[in-house]
Amino acid sequence: MSQITLKDMAAKPDLLCPGARLCAGCDESIIVRMVLKATRGPTIVTNATGCLEVATSIFPYTSWDLPWIHSAFENTAATASGIEAAYKAMRKRGEGPLAKYPQLDVIAFAGDGGTYDIGLQALSGAMERGHDFTYVLLDNEAYMNTGIQRSGGTPFTAATTTSPAGQVIPGKLEWKKPIDDIVIAHAIPFTATINAAWPLDVMKKARKAFEIEGPAFLHAITPCARGWRYPPEKTIAVSRLVVQTCVLPLYECRQEGGDVVYELSAPSLAVAKRPESKKPVEEYLQVQGRFRHLFRPERREDLLKAIQEGVDKRWSILLKKAGL
Amino acid sequence: MKQKLMGLNGDEAAAYATKQVDPDVVAAYPITPQTIIVERFSEYVADGLVHSEFVPVESEHSALSSCVGAAAAGARAYTATAANGLALMWEMTYITSGLRLPIVMSVANRALSAPLNIHNDHSDSMGARDSGWIQIYCENSQEVYDAHVEAWRIAEHEDVLLPVMICFDGYTISHTMENVMTLPDEDVKGFVGKRKFIKVQGHLGEAELRLDPGCPISMGPVDLQDFYFEHKVHQMDAMEKALKVIPAVDKEYGVLSGRKYGHVNPHRMDDAEVAILGLGSVMGTAREVVNELRAEGIKAGMVKLRTFRPFPTDDLIKAIGDVPALGVVEKDLSFGAAGSPLYEDVRAVFYDAGSKPLIANYAHGLGGRDTSMAMIRGIYEDLLKIKKNGRVEKTMNYVGLRE
Amino acid sequence: MSEKKGWKSLDKGAVAYKSSRDYETGDWGVAQPKFNHEKCTKCTLCHFYCPEGAIRVRDDGYTEVDLRYCKGCGICAEECPAKCIEMVAKR
Repeated sequence: MSQITLKDMAAKPDLLCPGARLCAGCDESIIVRMVLKATRGPTIVTNATGCLEVATSIFPYTSWDLPWIHSAFENTAATASGIEAAYKAMRKRGEGPLAKYPQLDVIAFAGDGGTYDIGLQALSGAMERGHDFTYVLLDNEAYMNTGIQRSGGTPFTAATTTSPAGQVIPGKLEWKKPIDDIVIAHAIPFTATINAAWPLDVMKKARKAFEIEGPAFLHAITPCARGWRYPPEKTIAVSRLVVQTCVLPLYECRQEGGDVVYELSAPSLAVAKRPESKKPVEEYLQVQGRFRHLFRPERREDLLKAIQEGVDKRWSILLKKAGL
Repeated sequence: MKQKLMGLNGDEAAAYATKQVDPDVVAAYPITPQTIIVERFSEYVADGLVHSEFVPVESEHSALSSCVGAAAAGARAYTATAANGLALMWEMTYITSGLRLPIVMSVANRALSAPLNIHNDHSDSMGARDSGWIQIYCENSQEVYDAHVEAWRIAEHEDVLLPVMICFDGYTISHTMENVMTLPDEDVKGFVGKRKFIKVQGHLGEAELRLDPGCPISMGPVDLQDFYFEHKVHQMDAMEKALKVIPAVDKEYGVLSGRKYGHVNPHRMDDAEVAILGLGSVMGTAREVVNELRAEGIKAGMVKLRTFRPFPTDDLIKAIGDVPALGVVEKDLSFGAAGSPLYEDVRAVFYDAGSKPLIANYAHGLGGRDTSMAMIRGIYEDLLKIKKNGRVEKTMNYVGLRE
Repeated sequence: MSEKKGWKSLDKGAVAYKSSRDYETGDWGVAQPKFNHEKCTKCTLCHFYCPEGAIRVRDDGYTEVDLRYCKGCGICAEECPAKCIEMVAKR
């Protein structure tokens, strides 16, 4: 795999250019900038309806300095499938406008809305058919663009506008859908979690995803200052806590010829090697307004215990899968 | 220019013509009665007879979405569906025409659920009549074959750039073998040629209207209140231009094949006193009835409508002429409307026309119910009464309904 | 919104004809970063952490911000390992 360093990547021009109308401190564009730094040549992007798409394409402006298409909300993976099929067909035939590119990467960007829920079918179909593309899930854990409504990716007890923390019900009662397990169960060659607090890790995994033949899936946790309710300058700090508390550890899963290999990435491997460094999940919950009801007017020990146990259980399952 | 006579049903004719066109991407999901199209095309792929990438998508919504991606990337993309499959891709039909992508789609007309019915009527394609797709209705397998060759030139024309829906009756046409004269492969390839692209002003300079890393553009933006209206009027304008493009392409095809169709096909209309207007296979039956009635001395005529979108107002008014009583027959209902879809369009254009026939609506054949020659005779008898009385007693009539 | 072209002069296909570089979001923020290059270790993290891509790494390795696009979110100041970025109020 070709070398990726901070210095070299910093010198590359951004393919997502400034002037987009995302909120100040939005993590989505941080991740997208990093992923696009890792492109290795001709690339086409498809984008689901959502914050990223809307804020970067208000006619007549666009922030995308590479070919980009938005068609609908639930079909990013299907649209990407069509582009990939078109390129394959033109290459095989030796004619058509894209036939001249010996290599072309297709990236699909979608939020948790367009992935966990309405977009799950298209993603599953595209993975089953084995299209050569990279799917990047920008997970801010709710339908943020339409006003912070709950999604299948919203975590247990998080308050959203359709799962508010009320007098009787303390936020969303369902657990976060295990999207990574679902994707890995499709036996695709490469699945990985990424986090903006570790830029080099993001870019290396993105490059690996592009180089892999077949479907690759990158799950980015993308904190949202508006929806998670914290001051915008804390976006990277909140993102870092996600890994330090093992809420969403950094790891990759490679599958080839029936073999399934889980590998923890350095920041999570460090926690595995020194369990005393694992931060209690409360440190993560305390800094977000969407979990405020767990602490005020009184501490909900029952819910906090359940959340910590949930994190611990999933972490120990992952450790076992990684052979640790 | 040696054409070959083949025995093909409507589905096979669609598949065969598409095989000869050899589009880059075919993304389709099976649904009765279109299944023979996808099956036949899969055989072509498995036998290495086409270069197309066949994408066995997991739903119709993804079928059209994949075609959108492919067409946006500069490829020729084709799909086929029917009934609830078309309904499932409803959102994407509007998006396809809004993005100005020249996708071609076969629709083996079938009734929409509920209740579930797998047989022929036009409720499916009528439900998509506002979506910005060109709609061509075929009477038989020959027309299906010819339309599937012509469609690419219509869709990709620089003045049009709209997707084309080719409609033909499920089972009645899709599953009935007929004689079809087919062109040699080179003639089809020569006729459709290569897809060409218009130039647009992108944010990084002038570019062709397609996705290319060499000159990146963004497709599918958000339009706020200040631009959406203008972009929609673009599609109205394209439909207007299609009214001229369709007969022009048809004329060229006529030179190649010896067959051309136009927007409307009148039969025995010159001195007709009663006439019916309709779409699809029933007009073949109607033609037989007209010939019988004429032999009996009744001045009956008929007009088969081939192009429904864009609606060929001028050609239609000319074909109808000054026939005193006109029956609009159609296999669909528009619940709660003043009449069924075709009737509404026809009645609307005659309001300002020179001649004003008495117009009545005849809904028939819903859910695949057979429309016999006797039933069509019944319509003509009704029209004769209307002509005699000088007025329409009942605008909406159900033919073949049990009370 | 934007200056208005009519439907007759707009290109078909609703393709964006302006880069968002023409849309200067720099007037959104009430604060902007001030860089102290004495303490800067040239780690480049601020360049990667900026949501707008408004912080550029110069040839000499130090960073500078393009105020035309800085929304004043404060991530750079918060994250700088050398604590050499300070958010100051505009004007």
